Amino acid sequence: MRRTPKDIEQSARMISRRGLILGGGMLVFGGILGARMRHLQVDQADQFRLLAEENRINIRLLPPARGLVFDRKGVLIAGNEQNYRVVMIRDEVDDPEQVLQNLAKIIPLTNEDLDKAREELRKRSRLVPVTIADRLSWEDLSQVAVNAPALPGITPEFGLSRYYPQEGDFAHILGYVGPVSDYDLSKLVVVDPVLQIPKFQIGKSGVETKLEGALRGKAGTKRIEVNAAGRVMRELGRDESQKGVSVRLTIDAKLQNFAQARMIGESSAAVVIDVENGDLLAMASAPSFDPNKFVRGISVADYKDLTDNIYRPLANKTVQGQYPPGSTFKMVTALAALENGHVVPEETVYCGGATKVAGRRFHCWKRGGHGKMNLRNSLKQSCDLYYYDMAQRVGIDKISEMANILGLGVRDDLPMSAVAEGLTPTKQWKRENRAAEWVVGDSLNASIGQGFVLATPLQLAVMTARIATNRKVIPRLIRSVDDRDEPVHEPEPLGISTSSMRAIQDAMFAVGNEQRGTAYRSRIADETMRMSGKTGTSQVRNITAAERARGVFRNEDLPWERRDHALFVGFAPADKPKYAIAVVVEHGGGGSKAAAPIARDIMLAAQTDDLPPLSAYPASQRARIESAFEELQLRDFETAPKKGSQA
Amino acid sequence: MSYLEYNVKAVPSGFAKFLHLNWPVILLLSAISSVGFLMLYSVAGGSLNPWAEPQMKRFAMGMVLMFMVAMVPTWFLRNVSGLAYGLSVLLLIMVEFFGSTGMGAQRWINLGFMRLQPSELTKITLIMFLAAYYDWLDVKKVSRPIWVIIPVIIVLFPVYLTLRQPDLGTALLLVFGGGGLMFLAGVHWAYFAAVIGAGVGMVSAVFKSRGTDWQLIKDYQFRRIDTFLDPSSDPLGAGYHITQSKIALGSGGWTGRGYMQGTQSRLNFLPEKHTDFIFTTLAEEFGFLGGISLLALYIGVIFFCVVSAISNKDRFASLLTLGIALTFFLFFAVNMSMVMGLAPVVGVPLPLVSYGGSAMLVLLLAFGLVQSAHVHRPR
Repeated sequence: MRRTPKDIEQSARMISRRGLILGGGMLVFGGILGARMRHLQVDQADQFRLLAEENRINIRLLPPARGLVFDRKGVLIAGNEQNYRVVMIRDEVDDPEQVLQNLAKIIPLTNEDLDKAREELRKRSRLVPVTIADRLSWEDLSQVAVNAPALPGITPEFGLSRYYPQEGDFAHILGYVGPVSDYDLSKLVVVDPVLQIPKFQIGKSGVETKLEGALRGKAGTKRIEVNAAGRVMRELGRDESQKGVSVRLTIDAKLQNFAQARMIGESSAAVVIDVENGDLLAMASAPSFDPNKFVRGISVADYKDLTDNIYRPLANKTVQGQYPPGSTFKMVTALAALENGHVVPEETVYCGGATKVAGRRFHCWKRGGHGKMNLRNSLKQSCDLYYYDMAQRVGIDKISEMANILGLGVRDDLPMSAVAEGLTPTKQWKRENRAAEWVVGDSLNASIGQGFVLATPLQLAVMTARIATNRKVIPRLIRSVDDRDEPVHEPEPLGISTSSMRAIQDAMFAVGNEQRGTAYRSRIADETMRMSGKTGTSQVRNITAAERARGVFRNEDLPWERRDHALFVGFAPADKPKYAIAVVVEHGGGGSKAAAPIARDIMLAAQTDDLPPLSAYPASQRARIESAFEELQLRDFETAPKKGSQA
Repeated sequence: MSYLEYNVKAVPSGFAKFLHLNWPVILLLSAISSVGFLMLYSVAGGSLNPWAEPQMKRFAMGMVLMFMVAMVPTWFLRNVSGLAYGLSVLLLIMVEFFGSTGMGAQRWINLGFMRLQPSELTKITLIMFLAAYYDWLDVKKVSRPIWVIIPVIIVLFPVYLTLRQPDLGTALLLVFGGGGLMFLAGVHWAYFAAVIGAGVGMVSAVFKSRGTDWQLIKDYQFRRIDTFLDPSSDPLGAGYHITQSKIALGSGGWTGRGYMQGTQSRLNFLPEKHTDFIFTTLAEEFGFLGGISLLALYIGVIFFCVVSAISNKDRFASLLTLGIALTFFLFFAVNMSMVMGLAPVVGVPLPLVSYGGSAMLVLLLAFGLVQSAHVHRPR
């Protein structure tokens, strides 16, 4: 292509101009590089020459102290304790094997310890200190220090280790920490350098792992000068590590302790929630285990004991345990019927002990039948037939919808491990998951909380809190992080009519406080602390027709794992609700017998913030209660250290 | 003026071409390479092996290559630039292809006598092709959107391929080199302002979105950026290199600790002491004066290239010369910024000094192009 001279001229000028601009830019940047060089090499030369001159500089990581965890009142539930140990830096030793042999003569080291140490030394970077022995006594540590010349590359260290002063009480909520494993590292995208510190503890379950980011803190560094033998001569400078932030839970340690102690011997769970703001005050799961054993490295035998126990101590039953809610689900069915206009509270349904629906017989728990039942009486005496009728009127989808409104079938967003979702079945759900059409019998089973319906104790407590307030109470476990309070939201209205909810609340009052109410035996006598509630007994198996004919369905005659689950949900004070509770006793038999008494004791402890006063119990039961309380092993919180006095 | 209009008689031919080479550039390049030999001898603990001797052989080979290319008429180079670009992109694709069938994540192709990194080659062929493109393009059309989009695609295609390897350092060099050439060719300011503006806007939007509901990138990606921006959060990893590198530089002082007396490199505190971090050894042993002298040599190369380009009336030749000067600049500027803690650690070698065959050969080849443009300039 031919170009005019003018074009060529213009183009050459443009290139020259831009070339000069770019050249100038490059020169300026060259100047910046030169200035930086001067700054590092001349202005800071003394400082750097000092660092390099004839000495060798090492950089060591300073592990951060893990953030503390307190209960709502400031009682320490996870702290750090001093731990003495001995580490070796491979880079500073010529013959590590000889040093290990020397060390084994001074402090007790098993062959297993030595093999572990060799393995670690092989795997880790030469610059990273490897722990040879952990949890040494002060005497052993002094021995190592005295024999330093024979032990090049060996350094005695003081570290911090997690400990849980409340032992088993918070094992399920807090979880526990343990040394970083290769598996933990493989899950991480960005590896915090602090994780390379040998035996650095990170959260393995529960709050410890969910709030790991806040609790861990940030590693610091120190630069140290070492002589030719690799011995530390002096410290040249350090960036302090940043301590992990402290966390305050909504749990009340004293109430939690009472609940755990009260449930010893059972396989059970109890959840107490503040209905005004959703604060979880207690989440007890029995039996428990001592998380300190996991921190220190649990023995194979101890671990086997925990895993072999049929009461499953390791499971957090409050959020992981999913149970058929049994009759505690009847409020849901009743509310669905009321709100959808299928029944009015006064309407009665006749209970003759059994009914035939779609060719199958459905029984009421009371074989002789209850007679004519309105809403209040049906809930009070837990008549099944009334709810069979309601289920046929409203249909499963509306019941399920109401259950979701009340918090069932919805996974709560809590910083705990494996929070379960429960199950509120719908027609669609069965089609998709069971490859079968929904039949009316399924609705009948669901109406009394059997069949497919599943709920966790936490969800039942939330449901009860919502019934007690007619508001959408949302549970929360974290009260503050780093002394900044987590926001509290005023719960929104549920959108259920006041009249329907009143009717349910009133019926629940009858359950716990009127003659023939299923929880009347577990009533609270003190009028200021009375509890409304609902019992539930859920079958874990079907009673066969043959057994029914033989009359063998007394729970006591069955092996433990086939007995019914006992449930109770309630709120108190009945006239001005403050606390809601859910108790599930696995295979405990009847809800009124096994679960309601536990709920009453915990509810009284919550309301009095102390051991329940005997005056709150019906006079005839006081003697029995008093002796039972004497056997409770409770922790002393009056003299326990409060926040600030221990770190 | 295009090559057809050269006053052919004024252009030297035969051995006369040697007299018209850009000798200052050749001398400067030789001086820089010699500094490299000295340092490689030093970091090997006073030995020609394993680094200094192979590096010298490659330098000799590279010089021969440079002279050969210098003899080639510029018009020929212009005509084969498309082919060269196409070939290097093909090689990039082949790396990708062989990478997936058993060569692992390696970035080179084994040619038998040497390992060739196609990404190194691409840095030069991209510049050549863009220069040819702008030589061909009517000057008035340079800033029209359609004619801006084409070179952008020419740049971004190999960038995409190198990012897949993944080789962030090369990709960045390609983007800056290509963008710089477009700037030199006279693409309107507004385009660069728009791209920079959009880039800044996007980055700040990404950072602002952190912790909000509309967060644009994942949490772990943010944490990666954090470690990138703050190497002290990884004191035994990336931060370790930088700290040790700074100690080495700083301990050099004005005149250094003396040749082969640098304790930091002697004692293996320095990582990659023979490749990316070789400048720290130089700075430790020869001090600020040594470091600034090397910088002056580099700036000198740039200076003579810019002078040669400005006095050259051939559009292709001057764009090619400036483009290669820019690429050369980017190499040492990024490397020095990195070892002095001004930029994050990305793998960019110090040109002609760091140990490495591909880079040495490709750079000398590139200066062969500069020489050709200088020798064959229209007079």
